Amino acid sequence: MNPIAVADPGGLIQSVDWVAVAPPLVAALAALAVLVADLFLPAGRKRVLGWASAAGLVLALASLLPLVRGDARSTFCLKAAGGACSYTADNFALAFQLLALGGALIAVLLSLHTVDEEELPGGEYWFLLLSSAAGAALLPASRDLATLIIALEVASLPAFALVALRRDGRGAEGALKFFLSSVTATAVMLLGVGFVYAATGSIHLVPIAEGLARVPGQLKPLAEAGAVLTMVGFAFKVAAVPFHFWLPDTYTSAPIPVAGYLSVVGKAAGLAGLALVTSIAFHPYGHTWGLVLAVLAALTMTAGNVAALRQRGDTQHSAVRMLAWSSVAQAGYLLVPLAAAGYRGTPQPLGATVAYALIYGVVNLGAFGVVGAVARTAGTRLDDHRGLFARGRWSALAMAFFLLCLAGLPPGVIGLFGKVVVFQAAVDAKLGWLAVVMAVNVVIALYYYLLWTARLFAPAGDAAEVRAARTPGPLAAALALTGCGAVVLSVAPQLVLQVVGGSLF
Amino acid sequence: MNAVLIALLLLPLAGAAATLVPFGADRAAADRRALWLGTGVTGATLVLAVALAIGFDQDRPGVMQAVTDVRWIPAIDVRLHLGVDGISLPLLVLTALLTFLCALYSTRRLPAGGGVPSAQSFTGLLLLLEVGMLATFAVLDLVLFFVAFEIVLIPMYFLIARWGSGAKVPAANRFILYTLLGSAVMLLGFLLIGFKAGTFDMTRLAAAHGEGLTHTTQLVAGLAILVGLAVKAPAWPLHSWLPDAHTAAPTVGSVLLAGVLLKMGTYGLVRVLLPIVPEGAETFAPYLGAFAAVGIVYGSLACLALARQGAKGDLKRLIAYSSVGHMGFVLLGIATLTPAGVNGALYGNIAHGLITGLLFFLVGAIKDRYGTSDLDTLAGATGAALYGRAPRIGALLAFAAVASLGLPGLAGFWGELLAMFGAFEPAAGLSRPAFVTYMVLAGIGTLLTAGYLLAVVRRVCMGDPKQPALVADLPDIKAYEAASWTPLAALTLVAGVWPALLLSLSDPAVKHLLGGG
Repeated sequence: MNPIAVADPGGLIQSVDWVAVAPPLVAALAALAVLVADLFLPAGRKRVLGWASAAGLVLALASLLPLVRGDARSTFCLKAAGGACSYTADNFALAFQLLALGGALIAVLLSLHTVDEEELPGGEYWFLLLSSAAGAALLPASRDLATLIIALEVASLPAFALVALRRDGRGAEGALKFFLSSVTATAVMLLGVGFVYAATGSIHLVPIAEGLARVPGQLKPLAEAGAVLTMVGFAFKVAAVPFHFWLPDTYTSAPIPVAGYLSVVGKAAGLAGLALVTSIAFHPYGHTWGLVLAVLAALTMTAGNVAALRQRGDTQHSAVRMLAWSSVAQAGYLLVPLAAAGYRGTPQPLGATVAYALIYGVVNLGAFGVVGAVARTAGTRLDDHRGLFARGRWSALAMAFFLLCLAGLPPGVIGLFGKVVVFQAAVDAKLGWLAVVMAVNVVIALYYYLLWTARLFAPAGDAAEVRAARTPGPLAAALALTGCGAVVLSVAPQLVLQVVGGSLF
Repeated sequence: MNAVLIALLLLPLAGAAATLVPFGADRAAADRRALWLGTGVTGATLVLAVALAIGFDQDRPGVMQAVTDVRWIPAIDVRLHLGVDGISLPLLVLTALLTFLCALYSTRRLPAGGGVPSAQSFTGLLLLLEVGMLATFAVLDLVLFFVAFEIVLIPMYFLIARWGSGAKVPAANRFILYTLLGSAVMLLGFLLIGFKAGTFDMTRLAAAHGEGLTHTTQLVAGLAILVGLAVKAPAWPLHSWLPDAHTAAPTVGSVLLAGVLLKMGTYGLVRVLLPIVPEGAETFAPYLGAFAAVGIVYGSLACLALARQGAKGDLKRLIAYSSVGHMGFVLLGIATLTPAGVNGALYGNIAHGLITGLLFFLVGAIKDRYGTSDLDTLAGATGAALYGRAPRIGALLAFAAVASLGLPGLAGFWGELLAMFGAFEPAAGLSRPAFVTYMVLAGIGTLLTAGYLLAVVRRVCMGDPKQPALVADLPDIKAYEAASWTPLAALTLVAGVWPALLLSLSDPAVKHLLGGG
């Protein structure tokens, strides 16, 4: 009889809480199913794949429902004392999973016609999109640095390919830029993670925090350098200034739905990771990274808004470029509560980031949807939006509403309240200067959002020729979904703002 | 009662939403239907406003009535809190009345031509504007107040930019830029108060009368709110958006801008600044008074310059500048922090809304008939001679001008008198010599006002009817014009001879707000 090599074989077996891991898992399985089905489907029937992807994401969203009630559920836990877990489905994770999966679903609806019209390879496109969504859904629930980085890479690697799928020179160039900057970020982050592991002896977030509190003196510089490098990596993903330069070119060269997807889901993934490592793992360094994030937030919103102000209406792709810069600026607002969490020493202000990210996700995807619809008939310049109201009143009204929400100006009430809770987080953390910088930025941003809104209703003038084309059903559905979502949230802001007061972790 | 107030806000909103559905393929028929829809909805809103006034318990005007108070966003403690008292009720009725008259006037007199959007859009914007204006006077939560305050901007922007004349787009841009910057500053003040005091509820904050807010908070928040609202009022030197906006706006835009939108600023000062941050109000009152006095003199001097022969003055511009002067009296009344002054300010608000609304209607009619509102072109060598050529319009213009200059017995008189009376004896703690100086300046302002308004009457109404005229055919007042102007003229007279009607409503409410009763 062979002796068993391990003393306690039962200790290696884990029972996995499948319900808790269902949301990313369902998305990943759907991705694989689509990839396999692509092999067997005749060319004429490939359209089914898009609908199958949408169905997969709906299933993944539905799998969030059983998790909403009750306490946080954890799985993949260490058996050792303390029992740190690698996966936790708490309110924070659920909110970001909702954003990632919901955002991906809307992106699927937006791209159903793009895949046909731009002759993108269907199977690959849907597979990549779903994989990326699975990674983005896994990320907010990860509670150790290894899972976090794997999830982040699963979310970003398919995104490079998605950008490059467009078969013209632009796609390749944008994808390369995106790829190089992102890989650099990952390398830097891995180095940082290595340092942190070396200093604290753990990769789980909670033990890291405990370890950092009692790092021996000679390892302190190592731990600090590790923390900074890890944050730099995530800052790349969020496209915080000064790590933002890849963003406008990448967005303009990607298919428009992919740009929308990146601006919401990609950003949310980076943000969730940043929030997790800072407010859980690097908790003992709160004041240091609080200040760093506050400065980053101020720089990011200012640079984004100033660049958006300088956009001219008649240049190529100016509408996408404008949304790209506006999303840089919005990332700045999203960072404010993170900085506040550092100053307050509790993760409580993060609720404002979660709420703002959800609001931003709905309206920004809607705005990209309208830009996509206008691109089909007129073009992607800002000037192509001139007189949209006369051509298609509903899409113009929806766009106006999305822009006003982004600007935070009534009747875009939900955008206003999103900014109010972020502002409140800053004031409560005694970050008065950041609150003032943010207020000035919101006012600056009003200018270009309003200018765009006014364009929608301006007389058409001598705009370039407009092709008459019906808006495809899925695109219209996506616009209706985001538009109604924004209106419902504006009437009942409590739906999303309840996360501000509630407990996240 | 509270159902009436809610319906008052929901009805125009529903009307605005209804204009989004297609009204038929035939553009002319669709336009007609849209305009009548607008008249019907604003008429029903006016009926509701009158019902609200009738149901209002006149024995307790200092108490909020028709109150609705439900949770809206518990996360940041924002409540849907509505209610009216003696301060807001007259403004609500004035708003409903002016909007109805504008809708009625527009059924016959909507700017048409190339590039002008459909009447359906016009009706939608007008109704949305009405929602924002009514909501501003009806809400009792700081955040809601801000939301309502901002809702009016976008419809008014498009009314000016699309239905206006002349340099309309730059004027509209300037309007929205000024007011947005102002209200952003105001929002910061509101948020500061809300976060520090732990509530956004205006009645609770007013009852606390600054308790729970440190002196610094009161100063900072007070300054922010004062600056934000002063842009809207508009107080000199933040007024420079107003003349352009008025000159470019279509007639109904001018009427609502002068008649209601400017009042939102002064109403906010009375409702928010005075009771909620009393220490801030006391600190800044002398400065507000000084700016108000300068505004009075400046407005009248600007008007005098425009009324001169050969100055190429535009009549609409002139009335816009006269608004700066008149709103100066309102601001001066508020700055005194006395019941008399604030009552005068509220009275002046209503009076200015009625009289200037009427003046803009009349000038709009003259511009329609002559194709220009340039005073020199209109007057020619001797004067436009409206008394001779269109006697009813001429008489009405003279009536409105005389009311505007503050003739006793007409509405304009009481507000100015009470404001100056308040300045003669300002609240304890304010420098009396300073306010007496302001009063003297205001008195000089009334003389200058009389000067330019009489000059306008002389140059437009009088003159030689036989001189070669700009237009051969000058129709006198038409039925729809008479219908939309008569209520304003009648109310100007009623408010002039029976001031107790309004003062009995506003006085207890003002004393309640100022903490005196």
